[in-house]
Amino acid sequence: MVEKSDVRVVRCGGSKINLRPPIISTDSRFVLCASGDSVKVYSTRTEEWLHSLQGHTNQVTGIALNPANHLQVYSCSADGTVKLWDFIDGILIKTFIIGYRLFAIYVSEKHDGIVFLHIALDTDSKNECFQLVAVHLPKSAEQEVEAKELSAVSSRISPNPSCTAFGREGQYIAFARHLQLNVYFFRKQKTYSFSLKATDKKGAKNAFTCIACHPADDCIATGHEDGKIRLWRNFIHTKEYTYSTQHWHHNAVNTLCFTPEGTNLLSGGIESVLVQWQYGAGNRKEFLPRLGGSILHVSTSSDGQLFCTSHSDNKITVIESSFKVCGVIQGLVKGDAVFTDLMIDPRSKALVLNGKPGHLQFYSLLRDKHLYNLDIVQQEYIYEAGLDQFEVVKAAFDIKGYWLATVEERGQKSSDLEFVLKLWAYDERTQSFVLNTTITAAHTDRIISMCFSSSEETTMLVTTAEDGQFKAWCQGADADTQQDQSFWSCDFVGSYHNLTPTNCSFSADSSLLAVSFQEVITIWSPDTWELLTTLCQPPGVVRDLCFGQLSCSKYLIATTTRNLLCCWNLLTCALEWSTSVEVSKLQPDPLSENVAAFSYQSKHTDLFVFKPNEPRPLFTHKNVCSEKIHRAVFVPREELLNNCDESSQWLNRSQLYFLTQNMDLLTFSTATEEDRMLSSSKRLVIDDSIAVTPFYLLLGKHRQQQQKLNTPSHPAADKPQQPQGSVTITELLHTPAHVLPAASVLCSMFVSSLLISNTGFPFPFFSPEMEMESSEQEMNSEKEEDQQELRAQGSVDEVTPKLSKAQERELKRVRKTDFSWMAGLIDSKP
Amino acid sequence: MASFKPTKVQFLPKLGEKVTEETLYWKNYKSPVQIKEFGAITKIDFSPLPPHNYAVTASTRIHIYGPHSQEPIRSFTRFRDTAYGGRFRGDGKLLVAGSEEGLIRLFDISGRVALRQFKGHSKAVHMTSFLSDGFRVVSGSDDLSCRVWDVPSAVELSSLTEHTDYIRALAPSKLNPDLFVTGSYDHTVKVFDMRSGSSVMTMQHGHPVECVLLYPSEALLVSTGGRYVKVWDLLKGGQELVSLKNHHKTVTCACLSSVGNKLLTGSLDRHVKVYNSSYKVVHNFDCDASILSMAIAPDDEALAVGMTNGVLSVRHRRHQKDKEMLTSRRRRGPSYQVFVKGKNFVPRQDDFLVSKPVKQYLRKYDKQLKSFEVSKALDTALQTWTRTSKPDVTVVVIIELNRRGTLKNALAGRNEESLTKILNFLLKHIFDPRFSRPLLMVGDIVLDLYQQVFHQSPVVERLLQRLMEVLGREAELQQELLQVLGILDTLFTSLTPRKEALAAPPVAQESQLQAA
Repeated sequence: MVEKSDVRVVRCGGSKINLRPPIISTDSRFVLCASGDSVKVYSTRTEEWLHSLQGHTNQVTGIALNPANHLQVYSCSADGTVKLWDFIDGILIKTFIIGYRLFAIYVSEKHDGIVFLHIALDTDSKNECFQLVAVHLPKSAEQEVEAKELSAVSSRISPNPSCTAFGREGQYIAFARHLQLNVYFFRKQKTYSFSLKATDKKGAKNAFTCIACHPADDCIATGHEDGKIRLWRNFIHTKEYTYSTQHWHHNAVNTLCFTPEGTNLLSGGIESVLVQWQYGAGNRKEFLPRLGGSILHVSTSSDGQLFCTSHSDNKITVIESSFKVCGVIQGLVKGDAVFTDLMIDPRSKALVLNGKPGHLQFYSLLRDKHLYNLDIVQQEYIYEAGLDQFEVVKAAFDIKGYWLATVEERGQKSSDLEFVLKLWAYDERTQSFVLNTTITAAHTDRIISMCFSSSEETTMLVTTAEDGQFKAWCQGADADTQQDQSFWSCDFVGSYHNLTPTNCSFSADSSLLAVSFQEVITIWSPDTWELLTTLCQPPGVVRDLCFGQLSCSKYLIATTTRNLLCCWNLLTCALEWSTSVEVSKLQPDPLSENVAAFSYQSKHTDLFVFKPNEPRPLFTHKNVCSEKIHRAVFVPREELLNNCDESSQWLNRSQLYFLTQNMDLLTFSTATEEDRMLSSSKRLVIDDSIAVTPFYLLLGKHRQQQQKLNTPSHPAADKPQQPQGSVTITELLHTPAHVLPAASVLCSMFVSSLLISNTGFPFPFFSPEMEMESSEQEMNSEKEEDQQELRAQGSVDEVTPKLSKAQERELKRVRKTDFSWMAGLIDSKP
Repeated sequence: MASFKPTKVQFLPKLGEKVTEETLYWKNYKSPVQIKEFGAITKIDFSPLPPHNYAVTASTRIHIYGPHSQEPIRSFTRFRDTAYGGRFRGDGKLLVAGSEEGLIRLFDISGRVALRQFKGHSKAVHMTSFLSDGFRVVSGSDDLSCRVWDVPSAVELSSLTEHTDYIRALAPSKLNPDLFVTGSYDHTVKVFDMRSGSSVMTMQHGHPVECVLLYPSEALLVSTGGRYVKVWDLLKGGQELVSLKNHHKTVTCACLSSVGNKLLTGSLDRHVKVYNSSYKVVHNFDCDASILSMAIAPDDEALAVGMTNGVLSVRHRRHQKDKEMLTSRRRRGPSYQVFVKGKNFVPRQDDFLVSKPVKQYLRKYDKQLKSFEVSKALDTALQTWTRTSKPDVTVVVIIELNRRGTLKNALAGRNEESLTKILNFLLKHIFDPRFSRPLLMVGDIVLDLYQQVFHQSPVVERLLQRLMEVLGREAELQQELLQVLGILDTLFTSLTPRKEALAAPPVAQESQLQAA
């Protein structure tokens, strides 16, 4: 974005996977879903993310399997292109440039070479007019083709893509908008319309929310806003159409889907209950309750054995046809808003924020994987629209990750606010947090902020609330009661001129506590609870404040609502410097002196990174994004980068993640980091469930071992990492003893190989015979075990092409492994 | 998928008292035994010898009671006027007592007639005691003098007249036979040494001294008088260690428990307070009348309290044995062995264990909540047993229904009988600070729902009227409390130093109470 600097903003993991219905591949082994500007491929059996199809430059808005080739998938995106992929190998086959913003894609077996797309006609956001068009995809050998043959089907369609569906054998297409259902017959080239009244005497809301067509019967199922499901029949004759109504959902039906044979109809709504209606059997139905967030989409595999539901909490559930959940693919839960700050769990280094209702989620940024949910509220969540329920609004970790404080709140809208402060202790045995203390009336009004003291010895929590008080909570402050169990209790209550405290922050060594009361910042000593001094720099209410870290711990930085960023020196209690900048978020880096300030001005956000003791910012990045930023966090890196470039030095120790108002999680990446990523992605080998050829079976197992040795970049972040031995030594130990030379010969080389830590290619010369020999040995040793597996796997149809491929891969691997010790052997032998 | 999460019944601690080891210890007394005496009981003294009889001085008599008898074992009635201050000697064989006429009498425990009579005081002698050698008696009198008598010869050894008002408190040292402490209405406490024949230490209590008490180590001295209890450090030359003001009337007596030397004080305000070692009140005994005297048996086996109305109330300690007796009497259930076969089976090493999935059992109201049967769930929670013995469960179900937004549905469509149940529950618990918030909400909804039909049922109408009365009273009380709080707030702000107005923790606590 900025040419001179090599630091750029990148969208990092955790994008939505529930935007569009997921697709199950024909062989039921993969689930594909649109996620951000890529399509992600997951395994249905292991729920692992295999790879993603990257190439779109904007949000992917629809995916559909190519009816002509079940190994290919079409994807359409808001960047105006339709791409055809081979999703198993992740290869882009073709790009069709349409030129309009695309919102959904539909395909049918009957219409070969034609895709149906939702496009937006007018770009003005007020009355977006959507159109359904049929696009004839030109057949040409080129990679990029412009598809110009657009023919409009209808312009009366709803922006909701689930309101459009293909009918039996692609003979007609049904689409609904508001209160009107339209059916377009391709043969007759005619549209029939059926409309409902907006409401009836009983107060039903009849607007259409989704549509599904029976695969073998002339029947259209429609879902409505009030939870009714109508089955339309006989619509071929406009006048004599009939419909039957079924009602179970108490709120809008979000999705409808017929099983491939048409025996069952699946429906889901906000209640998070998957309902299976037997087609033609009236009211007989089955339920699968408590699936998670409200169900947004349901899809089935082509053989009807697997169902897939995607939920509002960014989750895809894989369900067997016997109504048993067999897999959950969980993305970063973002909901409508993130109430808690972004936090880093000091133990697992996972990103922590509120996830599904009433839970805190732990999300590994490194692996882009959801680790676990911590149930904070511990209540049954009722899926009902407009119901006010407990939500985690604040959370804080202490510095060692031993304590977690949470605040849950209910009644944000109504007048009677209920909130609970809870303190959780980390339990080493169960490796999770256990509830220690529940405080029901911590304050008389809403808690605004809280923080833990950062000292090692005593843990103290400070909460500030709208009732004009801040309270310090200590563990076991009451010595009289139950000495054996250490509960938390109030230690001190402070206030300042009855003003409302807003922010609180402990200094790096916890010797000072700063609490801001509107325009005034008060500095307290946590040992004696004495008010030491007050700092004030009017005009403007203090919006955010933080202490400097490490060598700059004598500085206190605060921002006000009147565009002022101030820095006080606490030794002199005087203003060190101040500058006029509108800062929405201040974020200090715990590992360095740097402080990041996000400033929102004239509809875009700028980032400044500075040290409190230096007047000049270290790094400036204009136009980071176009929304305001309220949440940001510095995540410590696993391994330090060594950027020498001045502009990217601040990213060496930790990485800055931030969340925009549109709930996009963004970060900064540097050139060196990208290089590293690129190299690591090259090494990635496709999951073992992909190519099951006999040769693969021979080698796959070995390669897996090899992968474990070679790539320590995938260790489980929450498990202790085993010390990795040198590759040379493991190689030496894994070679069968009978092919090794005498120990006396090996000894000196072995010792010298220990001295050389370089695992590259110090010896460019290799005798090819040697290579072949060693790989053959390995193959022999593996063969016996694998023969059984070989027999178990039946189909061997595509042997020849795959064989060569796998062989090639194996060769590549052999070339990569370190044979430096062998080379030494060759040297010494003649 | 995720299973149903049952409603959690939260344990809400009652506000106020904190349960500590010491409160548990002091709560472990049986209900008091009441014995009626002829007049106000001015002195109680336990014998140091094992059966630990105790002498009770009241009116013109001294009665000696056994540890568990309610009838006196022995009584000394040869007093012409009111007797005062009956005390045992260190070996428990002799007893000395003063009297209104100024005569001091010495009794043998087994005898009836006084062995010696010490004449010399011109006014009433309220306090008498043996010195620790056992051969001398010290007495304090209203004639402002304090005299020491020789027991064998019955002659006065010395007379000390340093006090300027009635002497009403006296405590001999147990370690030194020549030392004793006196307290007088002239607001002073004096330590006398017989060797020098004069006082060696004088402390200003500030109020007429009613009682003095020495700690066993004799480094600390307790004096009571007025509303104050003061502890003095004798080794630091009589420095005041702590001044306690926990009673709101004159503190008349004090004693030390033998286990852990806890201080107990009794007062005219009818309370006995127990202090811990840092002089915080840990327990409180209530009595029927103003307390004049008090004594605790060695090993804290019994606490005897004498009152102005002549009632002696004795509390005995509850023992572990008594509890065991109670529990052993309980019937044992059917033996478990009959039902579980093979429960002692130990799997061998190569056995493959198939564990039975643990079934989640839900309570009845949870089952009904799970199936969204809200009215039924409320009915279950309002069953008589739950309602009376576990009101918190009922309230939790109400809260849960409110959270689901279905409380109104659950309360609607009820007949007179079930409505009576709800209203009765409200009447009983609406003022419990733990429950009042949800219950007030229930009250509002009930009024909204049924206001058209109330007049049809006289029972419901009466209940509502009662509820209204009670609520009115409570509102008044709350208003008064708020006024008091306002007064306290101003007091606290004027008390706090000018530096910066810190809200003192007590204010905050009270406001919390108020909020709750």
